[in-house]
Amino acid sequence: MIDYSKVLSAKVKEIRPSGIRKFFDLLQDMKGAISLGVGEPDFVTPWHIRDAGIYSLEKGFTKYSSNAGLVALRREIARYLQRRFDLSYDYNTEMIVTVGGSEAIDIAMRALLDPGDEVIIPMPSYVCYPPLTEMTGAKAVLVETRAEDEFKLTPELLRQHISPKTKLIVLPFPNNPTGGIMEKADYDAIAQVIEGTDIMLLSDEIYAELTYGAHHYSPANHPQLYERTILVNGFSKSHAMTGWRMGYVCGPAPVIAQMIKLHQFAIMCAPTTSQYAALEAMQNGDGDIEMMREEYDGRRRYVVEGFNRIGLPCREPKGAFYAFPDIRPTGLDSDTFCERLLREEKVAVIPGNAFGECGEGFVRCSYASSMHDLEEALIRMERFLNKLRDEGTMKD
Amino acid sequence: MSNTTKLLQLLESDCTLKPDQLAAMTGLSVQEVENTVRDLEERKAILGYQAVVDWDKTDREAVTALIEVKVVPQRGDGFDRIAQRIYQYDEVESMYLMSGAFDFTVIISGRTLREVSQFVSDKLAPLEGVTSTATHFILQKYKENHTVFEKKEEQDKEWIFV
Repeated sequence: MIDYSKVLSAKVKEIRPSGIRKFFDLLQDMKGAISLGVGEPDFVTPWHIRDAGIYSLEKGFTKYSSNAGLVALRREIARYLQRRFDLSYDYNTEMIVTVGGSEAIDIAMRALLDPGDEVIIPMPSYVCYPPLTEMTGAKAVLVETRAEDEFKLTPELLRQHISPKTKLIVLPFPNNPTGGIMEKADYDAIAQVIEGTDIMLLSDEIYAELTYGAHHYSPANHPQLYERTILVNGFSKSHAMTGWRMGYVCGPAPVIAQMIKLHQFAIMCAPTTSQYAALEAMQNGDGDIEMMREEYDGRRRYVVEGFNRIGLPCREPKGAFYAFPDIRPTGLDSDTFCERLLREEKVAVIPGNAFGECGEGFVRCSYASSMHDLEEALIRMERFLNKLRDEGTMKD
Repeated sequence: MSNTTKLLQLLESDCTLKPDQLAAMTGLSVQEVENTVRDLEERKAILGYQAVVDWDKTDREAVTALIEVKVVPQRGDGFDRIAQRIYQYDEVESMYLMSGAFDFTVIISGRTLREVSQFVSDKLAPLEGVTSTATHFILQKYKENHTVFEKKEEQDKEWIFV
């Protein structure tokens, strides 16, 4: 009998699995539950995009594409980035079509990091950055952003954590779970701190199109940061295409040239059917983006107002589709709050500490749900809070 | 897009949205939403609020037909007078003046094929000014007012943490 604990990589064994699976298991067997837990659009991929995927299959376009992705798709992505974000990338040397943004993050880290390097990661954040960093032998330096700073990466926080070993700064904005964004002035300050260093930036902009009230600003838009920025984006959130697994990465040609080796040997190329669908999304999908953003924006205003009304202080999230209300007035910790809310009122939200310890005291609520579900969720949450008021734990 | 247009679009897609929801979604205040809706109702920009019903899922038998009607327009009144004589029948669900090979599209519903046929032969066809009718029975409704009628197959919910 093989003792598998002995054959497995020590580094992999050190990675902790996500702890919130228990909520999902609870949710599975529950009738009438409302989930604000899942981080994905509630829209189905627009039909013309699905149709383009189907049509490519009908025509028999089932072979590999080039490693970097269909030329036609890369050309359209370059046009899209220019059109919507005023960014210029050469689709031949500065771009790879990847299997979701996740693959792009993985190969960017593996292309840049050596053991001993340090990676600055603002928290709370989506969970993939620390484990992917650690798999390279580099060290994840977690920076706790604060609600009072709108969960931005401030120059002060950056200065406190930067060291001669810092190789890379992850910029997960618009942010999952906080909804925080970074604007030009914020990047001006970051640029000053890292001026004269070789520190690179990994900007995960998967929620770029879901920015409300302001236009998305990428570090690649910043003249001093462009040369150090690796930009990750994709179709999952902007075009409701999560299951198609379509992403892309753009950056300096020498970096992309190394990343493509990893992509080539691990992945070969992104799925061809998905690439044809994505091509249609790039050519004729801007209207879908606007429609969905408009819809999310209405729901966003509704839930934020709702949370504040029922007694959970909630800052205005300026990007993505999450509200991140403060649950400290309830006197419960995030885990207890979420578990009781699910058991007692059948509403699933995610404890903030699932996105880093500094997320404790907050919960993530996805508002990518129908207005009727959001309305019902707020009614149930208010009832739950009133119960806590009766119990005496909740202080307004 | 104006706030009024936005409001109307939201109500057209779901008229059960409440004023506080509409307010949040448009950026108007609840009071402004209520005033605007009242105003729209008063000047008949909003004519009513209806449920989209799939009668096939109920016990009630229903047949719908689309009838192409050709008429002779009347001096002075054009098509309007004869249109009025047709659409005032309760059986008429919708009616449109068309460009092209015929003049009106009349959509009528009844309980049985016979009931619908009788309406056409007894009431519609003999009307003065009507020169011909062509009746097309609707076999299946797939989509009405942006609402798809068939049961949507949902993808299984599986565990993922995003």
